[in-house]
Amino acid sequence: MGKGLAALAWVACALLFAACARPGTTGGARGGAVSVLGVWGGSELDSFRAMVKPFETRTGITVQYEGTRDLNAVLTARVQGGHPPDLAALPGPGQIAELARAGSLKPLDHAVDPGEMAREYTRTWIDLGSVGGRLYSIVIKTAVKGLVWYDPHTWAAAGYQVPSTWGQLLSLTQAIASGGKTAWCVGLESGAATGWPATDWIEILLLRAAGPGVYEQWYRHEIPWTDPRVRAAWQRFGQIAANPKNVYGGTPAELATNFGQAPFPMFVTPPGCYMHLQATFIQDFIHTQYPQLQPGRDVAFFPFPTIAPAYATDVEVAGDLVGMFNDTPQARALVRYLATAAAQEIWVKRGAALSPNRGVPLTAYPDSLSRRAAEMLVTSDAARFDASDMMPQAVTDAFYKATLDYVRDPARLTEILRRLEQVSRENYK
Amino acid sequence: MERTETLLAVVIGAPVASAAYILCAEAALRRLAPGRQRLVRPWLWVGPALLLLVVFLVYPVVDTLALSFRDAAGRTWVGFANYRIALSDPDTLRALWNTMLWVVGFTGLSVGFGLAVAVLADRVRYEAVVKAIVFLPMALSFTAAGVIWKFVYEFRPAGAPQIGALNALLVAIVPGFTPRAWLTLSPENTPLLIAVGVWIWTGFCAVVLSAALKNVPRELIEAARIDGAGDARVFRQVQLPGIAPVVASIAITMLVTALKVFDVVYVMTSGNYGTDVVANRMYSELFTFRHPGRASALAAILLVGTIPLVVAVMRRAAREDAFR
Repeated sequence: MGKGLAALAWVACALLFAACARPGTTGGARGGAVSVLGVWGGSELDSFRAMVKPFETRTGITVQYEGTRDLNAVLTARVQGGHPPDLAALPGPGQIAELARAGSLKPLDHAVDPGEMAREYTRTWIDLGSVGGRLYSIVIKTAVKGLVWYDPHTWAAAGYQVPSTWGQLLSLTQAIASGGKTAWCVGLESGAATGWPATDWIEILLLRAAGPGVYEQWYRHEIPWTDPRVRAAWQRFGQIAANPKNVYGGTPAELATNFGQAPFPMFVTPPGCYMHLQATFIQDFIHTQYPQLQPGRDVAFFPFPTIAPAYATDVEVAGDLVGMFNDTPQARALVRYLATAAAQEIWVKRGAALSPNRGVPLTAYPDSLSRRAAEMLVTSDAARFDASDMMPQAVTDAFYKATLDYVRDPARLTEILRRLEQVSRENYK
Repeated sequence: MERTETLLAVVIGAPVASAAYILCAEAALRRLAPGRQRLVRPWLWVGPALLLLVVFLVYPVVDTLALSFRDAAGRTWVGFANYRIALSDPDTLRALWNTMLWVVGFTGLSVGFGLAVAVLADRVRYEAVVKAIVFLPMALSFTAAGVIWKFVYEFRPAGAPQIGALNALLVAIVPGFTPRAWLTLSPENTPLLIAVGVWIWTGFCAVVLSAALKNVPRELIEAARIDGAGDARVFRQVQLPGIAPVVASIAITMLVTALKVFDVVYVMTSGNYGTDVVANRMYSELFTFRHPGRASALAAILLVGTIPLVVAVMRRAAREDAFR
């Protein structure tokens, strides 16, 4: 029995050794794999897969995608553990900057052709992906924020006109309220990021009122949170969202409703609200819930109204940026591919995405609404990225939570801004 | 393919390798004098387990403590700065307070309800059914329970169909009740979260305490009844003292669970609206703010908080069989 067991022991050890000693899947120049970490799931993931399929077929490189809603946690753990993914899709230049400065992200100088980039992207988009003058990430899809969504039918029935100034928007809101109905649908819930739709409000209000220069100074923390212009943006937000008479379901609904479901009351009979501030990607949510609604006819948006005429066409954008953690030939090839117009057009055609690449024609957009948003992107005087995605993570988190405090008790604004200022001072480097 | 091979290697190889190690160790021991054998043998047998313990438990604890004295990059020594910030930051203090609420509320309620179920179920014929039903939530993880109860507490404005069970129930039976967004209301939300934890763990307490109750000698209870004691006195003066060690052990287990709670808070409120707990705070510091120093300081504070409990458990285990 002893001999038999000993023999088994040897076999077992041999097997264990064999399993551990198996080489990794690094192939040659043709073939191999590249790992991508992202938040996409469901239909977004299908679109990403469709986008990389031509690349996989042409180069033989397998794209191994790993999806997680908790990108921060997984990425931090893997970076600190020393085995980061080859590429990661991140929602914010602020995060890209933090990772690049920490040395985790590799520059893309050799991955993309600078001449090609200059041809296909405006300076704004290249600068967005750069840290300290070097390119660290590319924007593979973008969304326009600060759009007011509405149902043209209910508006026509009620005789409302699309407001072009902030004053008109406020009057409309008050007119609806005096009729006993709530003008706005607002939903701030979003798991660990609860509060981000409120930050969109404040950002567009600041951009419209004070312009792109002040906006940039704000997210770079060159002006404090207690600056009167920043305070004014919060107060304008409060005029609408902190007044329960203006929001469907009042403050409880605002805090508890998930952002993806917030616009739905607009489309029921009788409508629960008439306006909803959200980015272009909400179109996908609305379409999934109400597939029979025709974009442009049954659901539409108008750009956020003017506050200061000089900044009337300034656009707030958001996007997914891809950064490279491991400088492998396969990763470089994929990054280069993802930056091309051909790749981005694939996702654009599938809907709910806009491309910053100049090579993607407006005709590629599947419906009138996304085409209009793409046009806004191209024709605006200034496009600025979502400020909360530009700030250090700790400040962004505090910003989200601060909006929740503000909505629940607008009188505490001074204290809220002072606390944000304190958090900023600790976290901006 | 690679995965199947690894799986086979581990499933077959691990037990066989362990057996082989024991055989080799025994073979080596046979070379020593019997007296020596008795001294060395325990260490050889416990050796691998001890090694795993050191690598996966002792080393991380030491490393965490070391990290707690360093800055965000993990390099520069900052002394007690992280602890000072942790204990002066209002959000962290709120988290510590909530954790205390969990410790008291969760422990008290799960042990209390568990005891109640154990005592009452003892008297009925369908005892097994009751215990099975109460124990059922234990099959869930805290995360799954969090998702379920998030739906229970779901809010819809008045007039809209109520999909949250709590609001639906209250709207149906209380006249004129307007639905409330329970999870956003402070301070009601923390007790509501504690309720989720109690819902899961009461079954465990009930089952263990029921077994302990059955071990109280029948003669004692009968003698007490003959002496004229009613149910309450029998419980207070015969049964309770008999199961006291078990109650204490269960209470300590529940205490440690309460100190660790994270999933329920993370899934249901993300720590918003004043529901934050220390474990969630630790998570935020590490993964959101990328400050391992402050996260480690919080972990160290938690560790220090659990030391008295660990000492109590060890004392009890040394004194007598804990689950007799």
